Amino acid sequence: MLEEPFATGHSHIHCLDPRLKVLFATVYSFVVALSDRFPSLFAALALSFLLIGLARLNIREVAKRVLIVNGLILLFWLVLPLTFEGVALFYLGPFEVTREGLLLSARITLKSNAILLAFVALIASTSIATLGHALNRLRMPEKMVHLLLLTYRYVFVIEQEYQRLVRATKIRGFRPRSNLHTYRTYAYLIGMLFVRASERAARVHRAMICRGFKGKFYCLREFSFSRLDFVWSAFMAIVVIGLVIVEWV
Amino acid sequence: MHISEGILSGPVLVSGIALAAAGTAIGLKKLDYDRIPQAAILSASFFVASLIHVPVGPSSVHLILNGIVGLLLGWGAVPAILVALTLQALFFQFGGITTLGVNTVTMALPAVLCYYLFGRMLHKNNSIALFGSFACGAFSVFLGAIMVGLALFFTEENFFKVSSLIVMAHLPVMVIEGIITALCVAFLKKVQPTLLPGYSGEKFDTKTTCPATTANAQEVIIDKGRGDVGKD
Repeated sequence: MLEEPFATGHSHIHCLDPRLKVLFATVYSFVVALSDRFPSLFAALALSFLLIGLARLNIREVAKRVLIVNGLILLFWLVLPLTFEGVALFYLGPFEVTREGLLLSARITLKSNAILLAFVALIASTSIATLGHALNRLRMPEKMVHLLLLTYRYVFVIEQEYQRLVRATKIRGFRPRSNLHTYRTYAYLIGMLFVRASERAARVHRAMICRGFKGKFYCLREFSFSRLDFVWSAFMAIVVIGLVIVEWV
Repeated sequence: MHISEGILSGPVLVSGIALAAAGTAIGLKKLDYDRIPQAAILSASFFVASLIHVPVGPSSVHLILNGIVGLLLGWGAVPAILVALTLQALFFQFGGITTLGVNTVTMALPAVLCYYLFGRMLHKNNSIALFGSFACGAFSVFLGAIMVGLALFFTEENFFKVSSLIVMAHLPVMVIEGIITALCVAFLKKVQPTLLPGYSGEKFDTKTTCPATTANAQEVIIDKGRGDVGKD
């Protein structure tokens, strides 16, 4: 059930130094999130599509993610034009549809999609283990990285545990409905998940101590900055500066 | 309870990041390295449990469970929730980099508050404990929804109607979450009370929990699943 469909590949973007990708994705997301003018937002969306194209990702998987996010944005399209104060553009029965509301909905749609696509192309194209190491090299607090990597490691185990509990309930003829029995079953299931998790944590901790854990997390991975990375840093810097100029100058 | 990317304004995003960073720093400080496996594995189960969809009438809601995480981890809930949200962004692309701060605060602040407000009530007699745990589950979701609403409202005052819609939509989730939290805490009290805060009974470390108590309770619902020892 848990997969990283974009993490494997051999495109240029997959080969980039993950530190560079994290940095650029962060800066780019903030620039887009803070932009308001349509020219820069359209430019950003086009750039994000370009990044997706360059990363050569599975288009169907990307489309799935985009659809989910846009489903949420649909809510804004339904509510904002009707509730936003401003110049009435036209009337839908008793409601007035305002120009400001429509423009804001459009802005949100462009921004969300641009940021999402860039995130998929740059960050989801890195495996989470690599990302953890990159964050460590970017001077993220060690404990945080340790927590992230350990959580990532155990998410799959706990997920299997969860599937096993669900199978056990199914075999006993459990069918979820809206009643107290259902809620009790789920509550106990979750409780059991926590109990098993804490037992496992205790075992993991003992295993770590047996292997000489001294309260420090070592990250052995080294990243090197290749010529490709230099070319890309230049490209990304130009992109960010370009967007800033279009937006704020 | 995510706010998507591209909706909030700069000041809201930045204050979310600042608050989340401060909370995470406190949380990490309180988690020494010996408790990191505990926090990580609970954070993993929080992540998995939030994938569960529970039927409510004709539709279904997915659980948030920040109240329970708060009870189990205290301040440690902040980094745990941050990590769980990061993983959600990485696996499913729900939320992203810019909103990570705000989303962490909307879920983790109620979690920490619940720890202080309701943590002590759990070991009182049954009705107080039941009330406390129900309130913990319901309040954590309610406060979370209010904070999402406020984040939107501070971005743009015209978001008021959207904000109130979001809070209203969370009312049924509140009730479900309250019921599930109450039942789950009752279960944990029977099975492994050391997990809950303020346990003052027979002091035994979670590391050396008596296997008999857990094994009995495990039979209540499910298979014993002991085959996994040593897979770590």
